[in-house]
Amino acid sequence: MDNAIVATHDTHVEEHHVELPQLRHHFETEEQQREAGTFGMWLFLLTEIMFFGGLFFAYLLYRNWYNPAFVAASNQLSIPLGTVNTAVLISSGFFMALGVWAAEVRKKSLLVLFLILTNIAGLAFLGVKAVEYKEKWDKHHIPGAHFDITEFVNPPLNPKTGKPVEEPLSPDMAQKTQLFFVLYFAMTGMHALHMVIGIVLLFWLTYRANRGEFTEGYVAPIENFGLYWHFVDIVWIFLFPLLYLINRHPGT
Amino acid sequence: MSAATIVNLPDQKTAVIPKKNYINAEDGILSWLFTADHKRIAILYLISITFFFLVGGTFAGLIRLELLTPQPDLVASDTYNKLFTMHGIVMIFLFLVPSIPATLGNFLIPIMIGTRDLAFPKINLLSWYLYMFGAIFLSAAIVLGGVDTGWTFTTPLSTHYLNTHVVTAGLGVFIVGFSSIFTGLNFIVTIHRMRAPGMTWFRLPLFVWSNYAASVLMVLGTPVLAITLVLVVLERTIGIGVFDPTKGGDPLLFQHLFWFYSHPAVYIMILPGFGVISEVMSTFSRKRVFGYSAVAFSSVAIALFGFFVWAHHMFIMGVSNYSALVFSLLTMLVAVPSAIKVFNWSFTMQKGSITFETPMLYALAFIGLFTIGGLTGVFLGSLGMDIHLTETYFIVAHFHYVMVGGMLMAFLAGLHFWWPKLTGRMYPESISQLSAVTSFIGFNLTFMPQFMLGYLGMPRRYHSYPPEFQVLNVLSTAGATVLGFGFLMPVLYLLWSLKYGKIAGNNPWQATGLEWQIQSPPLTENFIEMPVMDHEAYDYEWLAHKTEQEVTTVG
Repeated sequence: MDNAIVATHDTHVEEHHVELPQLRHHFETEEQQREAGTFGMWLFLLTEIMFFGGLFFAYLLYRNWYNPAFVAASNQLSIPLGTVNTAVLISSGFFMALGVWAAEVRKKSLLVLFLILTNIAGLAFLGVKAVEYKEKWDKHHIPGAHFDITEFVNPPLNPKTGKPVEEPLSPDMAQKTQLFFVLYFAMTGMHALHMVIGIVLLFWLTYRANRGEFTEGYVAPIENFGLYWHFVDIVWIFLFPLLYLINRHPGT
Repeated sequence: MSAATIVNLPDQKTAVIPKKNYINAEDGILSWLFTADHKRIAILYLISITFFFLVGGTFAGLIRLELLTPQPDLVASDTYNKLFTMHGIVMIFLFLVPSIPATLGNFLIPIMIGTRDLAFPKINLLSWYLYMFGAIFLSAAIVLGGVDTGWTFTTPLSTHYLNTHVVTAGLGVFIVGFSSIFTGLNFIVTIHRMRAPGMTWFRLPLFVWSNYAASVLMVLGTPVLAITLVLVVLERTIGIGVFDPTKGGDPLLFQHLFWFYSHPAVYIMILPGFGVISEVMSTFSRKRVFGYSAVAFSSVAIALFGFFVWAHHMFIMGVSNYSALVFSLLTMLVAVPSAIKVFNWSFTMQKGSITFETPMLYALAFIGLFTIGGLTGVFLGSLGMDIHLTETYFIVAHFHYVMVGGMLMAFLAGLHFWWPKLTGRMYPESISQLSAVTSFIGFNLTFMPQFMLGYLGMPRRYHSYPPEFQVLNVLSTAGATVLGFGFLMPVLYLLWSLKYGKIAGNNPWQATGLEWQIQSPPLTENFIEMPVMDHEAYDYEWLAHKTEQEVTTVG
């Protein structure tokens, strides 16, 4: 059975001829190949959910046990930076969705543009994340031998009221803030690792898109990468409230 | 169909090895290492897992040799710890998990559902490379001095107290895990999207159903093991404290995460074995599998229940009594679909035209041994008994009855059953029947005494024991020797048969599956023209009818 889309390719040959990926030999039809690819991607994302699931489970458990420490530690995170990053990542996902659309309507230059925009927003996200990590480093909030709990035992005083900005924690409970930061780094780090992998893939896809590979009817790689990229977005959409937003005041 | 149908196929004596097949399609070692053909990848897997089976078997032999006498005399105690750890890790992660899916499943699933290859051939090859890469890590851990955590990597033992190669071994298992994720993913997509026209879900051979159920477990369970091992490695290297009570972490969390994978993992290991038994039982009874849909759904039910019983490994670890009760009840529930399978296989034989070729002997051994293994699992699932029996040899005997008596027997049944299809040649029948009987006797002699030892209170994982346990231990070691011969024989005569075996022909068993309707060994493309499935699975009437037609067209 022939690949209908490949078959029509010759009728509108463009200035630079590109070799379209043929239908793989073991698929009966183009549609079967595309469905199989998308289905495989969804399954892969399912395994990713299970992979992150272990971390989410640990986070919920320990947050429940050591609530005061987790509240105090989560107050150390910057909501403005987190919000900016959320906005950046959502716009990145938006550009990606536009990219899939551009590939489907076969607009090569638009596709390349959107892929580059997606990539820029992704890199910006990582840049902001690096700023946040740097701050943790300066405050000795990286778990390990140099972890410093003084800020939680003796919180700095508010210059206006003269009272501590936070409820002071007992040294024992303050130790547990380290667990928060472990999970913070594990979860955002694993998320960032997925972003880095995505960005590398994006460079490669942009290169191939520029050669016109995805605007002749063969859009599966763009679609499937889009699924991956949206998944990475979604993980952040869960991480942001869990780590930054919920329950910032003890006892409420 | 109540009674068996007699099928008379044309005489296979005149059969020849087809000129073109997947084995001679390309030459050279590189054509194997860079192949995308599911059949060749299956053979790569078969060679690798056989190698690691022999490695793991050697460790087992050394363990049994040490336990011949009550006092420690063959190896030092820490060496003994390393031996049983590496026996467990190698056998579970490098043999049992990939055994049937990655070899027989890889080879047969595309053919059984009537397509040319798995959905993602390159990912299939990648999964073999990941397996080998992980295996190199594990081998490095062994060669550099071993690891002695037990195969469970239990914290805080693994993270704080041991000075062995835990990180190397942990990373090895992590990598091998991805190979099994990719195998499962490939199977699921293939079974959903690549079936031949007319191949509805309820016309699939039961081997496909059970591999499908196992794939679901691989895809959902293995990532959790992966993240758990990452956390163990981080805990050990930089002390993150997630599992460290001094920093507020909880070792029990490790147990939950680990067994969330590792309990379903035992179903990953056994479910494909169920599939083999269904095929073999039907073929050698010349009858459709009794209660086809019950057997199919019981695979799915086992996969589903399998995810909700993990805490029965933790009854003595301080989980709450209420959750222990619930997990105990759920554990008993798994016995229901397992029993459905055993009863249905038994009914398949009823009024069948049974012949006792080697695969059937292994399958019968499977049914007996798996039933014992499964029922003792119910003992262990009940709370009171578990407190008495856990961490004793009763546990060891129980899971060896399921994993060796069940899975390994099923693997050998399948290997003998499909050997003609894999290689185009028959194995030697009488010596292989002898090996099946030898394994069965040796197995029972090895592990039946261990049930008694465990019930009497001999703890597992110790390399010395009170003298009154010696008689049973000597019996067990003697049995292990017999078992060793039983497992070594197939390795030798199967290799022999590659060159000297009788030529098999397309369908030596007169079986109904699509894989038996094509040449053996198959073409790289599997089918000359794509099949259309117009009959139920295990339809021997159809086969008899088909062969009649063939005779008329040829004549």
